[in-house]
Amino acid sequence: MENMIQSDVSKQTLSVRSSLKSAIVRRLFISLVFLFLFCFLVVPLISIFFEALRQGAGVYFSSFADPNTLSSIRLTLIVTLAVVPINTVFGILIAWTVTKYAFKGKNMLVTLVDLPFSVSPVIGGLIFVLLFGEHSELGRWLIAHNINIVFNVPGIVIATLFVTFPFVARELISLMNHQGTALEEASLVLGAGAWQTFFRVTLPNIKWGLLYGIILCNARAIGEFGAVSVVSGHISGMTNTMPLQIENLYNEYQLDPAFALASIMSLFAIITMILKMILEKNVQKAANGRP
Amino acid sequence: MKKINLFIVSILIVGLLSACGSSSAASGSGNSSKSVHLLNVSYDPTRELYKEFNQAFATYWKGKTGQTVTVQQSHGGSGAQSRSVIDGLKADVVTLALSGDIDAIANKTGRLPKNWQQKLPDHSTPYTSTIVFLVRAGNPKHINDWSDLTRKDVSIVTPNPKTSGGARWNYLAAWAYADQKYHHNQTQIKAFMKQLYSNVKVLDSGARGATTTFTQRGIGDVLIAWENEAYLSLNELGKNKFQIVYPSISILTEPPVAVVDQNAKSNGTEKVANAYLNYLYTDQGQEIIAKNYYRPRNKSILQKYGKQFPNIKLVTIDGYFGGWAKAQKEHFDDGGTFDQIYQPKN
Repeated sequence: MENMIQSDVSKQTLSVRSSLKSAIVRRLFISLVFLFLFCFLVVPLISIFFEALRQGAGVYFSSFADPNTLSSIRLTLIVTLAVVPINTVFGILIAWTVTKYAFKGKNMLVTLVDLPFSVSPVIGGLIFVLLFGEHSELGRWLIAHNINIVFNVPGIVIATLFVTFPFVARELISLMNHQGTALEEASLVLGAGAWQTFFRVTLPNIKWGLLYGIILCNARAIGEFGAVSVVSGHISGMTNTMPLQIENLYNEYQLDPAFALASIMSLFAIITMILKMILEKNVQKAANGRP
Repeated sequence: MKKINLFIVSILIVGLLSACGSSSAASGSGNSSKSVHLLNVSYDPTRELYKEFNQAFATYWKGKTGQTVTVQQSHGGSGAQSRSVIDGLKADVVTLALSGDIDAIANKTGRLPKNWQQKLPDHSTPYTSTIVFLVRAGNPKHINDWSDLTRKDVSIVTPNPKTSGGARWNYLAAWAYADQKYHHNQTQIKAFMKQLYSNVKVLDSGARGATTTFTQRGIGDVLIAWENEAYLSLNELGKNKFQIVYPSISILTEPPVAVVDQNAKSNGTEKVANAYLNYLYTDQGQEIIAKNYYRPRNKSILQKYGKQFPNIKLVTIDGYFGGWAKAQKEHFDDGGTFDQIYQPKN
């Protein structure tokens, strides 16, 4: 570049100047973005681990001896294990229906899938309190028969289902739209059944997108605060999930255990990010590698 | 056809889940079993009190009956907690910040009788407290009484009276001061309250949230707080960082307790729930109460801890405001004095 500038100054002055300028601008932009991300994402994340481990490994691990904390971890795992499979199955079902069939009201269905994203999680939680609480006929009947949905584990599962519903469906709809129906049609024409077509043709094509959706759904299920907070009733050792227990510990002046638990959740987040990075490449390939 | 199968399977999963959830909740309520669960739905600053009290009660109950009792706690703003019980949270006992919040449960659900407050001694309030100021060490803004809170250079942290019981006591304590200062002149009282609440920097939903805002996030010059909450901040976060200021006049706060009869009946916990609340009135219970900076009803134990409970002029909710039902309606319901004087800053 420098040689060029020296050899042919007169002709290229203008364009060189502008490219030089843009090089500076580019570097400036890149460093600004990095600085921003460092200050607002990396530093806070590191500080969680720093705070958690400040009192040494002994205090860190003793944080997890608290039965209420242990129970919050267990509850979060139960909720996640219940929510992710259900949303995966329904996500596939909806994506399949929307992309492989033509029917009236299809656009509305696609819009509906996004509803949990546009509704605040607090309202998501409140809907279920109104539906299954003492307010409604249904709620009163359930409570009278000792079936407690809200302020109990099922309520937390349902609220989390609501909030995490769009992840798998959205991911698959865009991927399957891109891929079209040609292969499935071929498969059906050649005599394969619907089930066979799904498992031998569709599933292998969407597997990366599916995994990607599952991972996002999983991350949100673990981390959901707002909707769960409304339906939980905040009973220590029973209906506090990990995020709620972190708030609880913080409010009890137990800062070290709060940060210790927060560090576990951050670890989940980092693992999610890494998996996401790996999967993203494969999803791109799957979307582009089709005829 | 196959898709329908899938659908049925999913429905089954959901059904199974709710069954698991409700059965696990029900299993704690065995009537004659060796262990029993009790759910105490409480307000914000009682976390430490009931942590200690629950252990003492479990030991006492084990010795008396051989039964292992596990008390589960739920804490939050008193109004919000009352709301949850009304919505169906199956509390065996409620220990809230003010009787109005338990009245609401009785009136809206009928799960406990309307005369619940006559069931236990001292209007069902085994401990009292009062409202004080927590200021930064050395009292740099020279905050000594309610009138200082209306100064332009003072910023205040207090929770939201709509959701927090403590905040409603705070509000009424300030009101009582203004009422005496302005000789019951409503216009002047409201102007005073308006000035005071225009200095509020953060309106948290519960007392504990307000405390952490003041003590840990370092916002505000003064926290209007429960006496017990103020003492706890001193002990948890360092006596050299904050100090307590007692105003010239405050309010006798009476946080009541009650068994939610219908819930306890359906959970099979009536006996243990009643014993639990009665234990608050025993010498052991009162001692734990005093140690956690609540003022015990027992005179001799109050005297023993007299140093931490200075005598100041206290008005009562019944004597000064005509009871909670009236105070709630006049001041905190929609369109009440709080709505008239408070405008959120945007």
